[in-house]
Amino acid sequence: MDKEKKIVSSACEVCPQYNPNGLKKLGVSAENTDFVVALAGNPNTGKSTVFNALTGLRQHTGNWPGKTVTRAEGAFQYNDQKYKLVDLPGTYSLLSTSEDEEVARNFILFGKPDVTVIVADAGRLERNLNLVLQILEITNKAVLCLNLMDEAKRNHVEVNTRALAKRLGIPVVPTSARFNKGIPELIDVIRQVANGEIVCQPHRIKNVPKTIDEAVKKLSEEIKKQFPGVPNSRWIAFRLLEGDERVMEALRTQEF
Amino acid sequence: MSKNVENIIELSNELRWKLGGDFHDSITESIYADASEIVGETVNTDSRKGRNALDVKIDKIVTSKTWGFPIMFLILSVVLWLTIIGANYPSALLAELLLDTIHPALKTGAESIHMPWWLSGFLIDGVYLSLAWVISVMLPPMAIFFPLFTLLEDFGYLPRVAFNLDYLFKKTGAHGKQALTMSMGFGCNAAGVVATRIIDSPRERLIAIITNNFSLCNGRWPTQILIASIFVGAVVPKSLSGVASVAAVIGIAVLGMAFMFFSSWALSKTVLKGQVSTFNLELPPYRPPRFWKTLYTSLIDRTLIVLWRAIVFAAPAGAVIWLISNITIGDHSIAYWMIDSLDGFGWLLGLNGVILVAYIVAIPANEIVIPTVLMLTVLVTGMAAGNGAGVMFELDSANATGDILKAGGWTLLTAINLMLFSLLHNPCSTTIYTIYKETKSAKWTAVATLMPLLMGFVVTFLVAQIWRLF
Repeated sequence: MDKEKKIVSSACEVCPQYNPNGLKKLGVSAENTDFVVALAGNPNTGKSTVFNALTGLRQHTGNWPGKTVTRAEGAFQYNDQKYKLVDLPGTYSLLSTSEDEEVARNFILFGKPDVTVIVADAGRLERNLNLVLQILEITNKAVLCLNLMDEAKRNHVEVNTRALAKRLGIPVVPTSARFNKGIPELIDVIRQVANGEIVCQPHRIKNVPKTIDEAVKKLSEEIKKQFPGVPNSRWIAFRLLEGDERVMEALRTQEF
Repeated sequence: MSKNVENIIELSNELRWKLGGDFHDSITESIYADASEIVGETVNTDSRKGRNALDVKIDKIVTSKTWGFPIMFLILSVVLWLTIIGANYPSALLAELLLDTIHPALKTGAESIHMPWWLSGFLIDGVYLSLAWVISVMLPPMAIFFPLFTLLEDFGYLPRVAFNLDYLFKKTGAHGKQALTMSMGFGCNAAGVVATRIIDSPRERLIAIITNNFSLCNGRWPTQILIASIFVGAVVPKSLSGVASVAAVIGIAVLGMAFMFFSSWALSKTVLKGQVSTFNLELPPYRPPRFWKTLYTSLIDRTLIVLWRAIVFAAPAGAVIWLISNITIGDHSIAYWMIDSLDGFGWLLGLNGVILVAYIVAIPANEIVIPTVLMLTVLVTGMAAGNGAGVMFELDSANATGDILKAGGWTLLTAINLMLFSLLHNPCSTTIYTIYKETKSAKWTAVATLMPLLMGFVVTFLVAQIWRLF
């Protein structure tokens, strides 16, 4: 009994759904996949490390913001389903126009990933939430990977992950990707979101001034009328009010 | 359908006008307000402890006004010294294997199957030898330099370098993140140019792209090191020659940084005028690098990829060298005519025709400059040290290389100007192509290509004229 306790390091490992042997790292062979998973997040939160842990690839990782400036792709298989994983450039926001932010935003918006995994630094959550909240305006299917838990712990930062998940309306998985901790749990949550077993109800930005809120509502109603399928009419409205040419063009060419 | 879209856009234009200019700021504020609410409810920070005390202590030293720069130069020197000293032995071993053992064996093999002389010359003396040379000279320093650089990177030192240099970049009107792309350039300029994507202002990004070539790249380190050891190391007492060589190479690297600051400043005051944009630079926590993993990834991702590129370009270059040395027009080979016609201009620059021809042949890869120079020198001096026309080779010792170069009329001035010209000339063709891909502008690609070349002409010309006065 005692021995068993030592081996099991988290409750998830005794759950019947947990199946670490179902994972096959497929490297770069990303053809005929069932799902597309995007990996977004602030720079230097360990996105590339999570990417490597999932795909078995050895993309170079570095300890400085801006290491990944292009999109990297890989794949993994879990329980007979194949997932293509796209590592997006790390960005602090999706509101400006630098090339790396455009790449990240356009993929989440137009690439329509089945799941967007947002990697955040557990020790610097407040700063990271800026991007998280923006992504949650764009997509309904997201998972927060709360990475660098080991570092946060060392710096005496404690995150109540259950409360956070409730507040954000998406699953939150604590990880230390450098040491492969939490990765099996992350994979299983990705599977559940991709297959619709977990339905997210993402947080939408509150605290918006009343005048703006009214304008956004009006515009977003109009967008919903023309594009009944879009999950992010409110975000499109935000962008239109900001005069985003790329989003206008996307409306004209029916990219949504 | 599309008409309705216009309705939406019209409505948005109307509403935007009504809302006024601070929309962006209001949204940003809303997001931050939400974030701090959520964090307030879910995160518990021990406010007495804060950032890792050791990190703060290290940062106080490595980013201090007094110690920041000396520490930077010390680290650069140690990395270079380890690279120069450490690469010697494996280089010699590889040269012995690829050049002294396999090359003669291939020649003998070719003879025994009665391969025509021109085919075996073209394939074995041209293509094979250039590959062998690039591998034996480039692989060892890269296999040392890149992992060391990657370890520093994983540790978290690079952002501190950016922090130290930020003030200088701001003064020159460039972006502080250029420090990061500059550091990447010390490995490979093409990689440095791609890395400029982290700079969001197009103006500052262009400056970073155009000036990246002033970071001495991996293909040019071996040239600097070899010439410095032969000529600079020889003018000081023997016990100091190692130190003098390393100092000369670092001097050139630092001079490159000076040129980068100067041309960034000149560009931002003339054709690329504009405001310096501010940015937040995160100083990430120091993380102990995972040594073996870093070693593995830097060897696979960087060393082998760069080496492969060099090989791809060196093979055809070797073939071209062999061809121009063996195809004759009138009494002499094409190479001879080229050297002859460039000799006068070369003399003005304190160089010679051979060096200029070598730089034309070596546009695809800087790594093959020295072997080309040696081969062409032997050709024009009619010395018997090489294996015949158009055969690239490496001599067993730096002394033998020096003897050939001195017989070719080389002086300390030629050596110094070659080091300067190696720093200040057009980027290699891969980098030029990458610049074009990133800027999508023929004009800026031309500027980035020709500006350093012109600077090289001017600088070497001035040095030669002043040198000859004394």
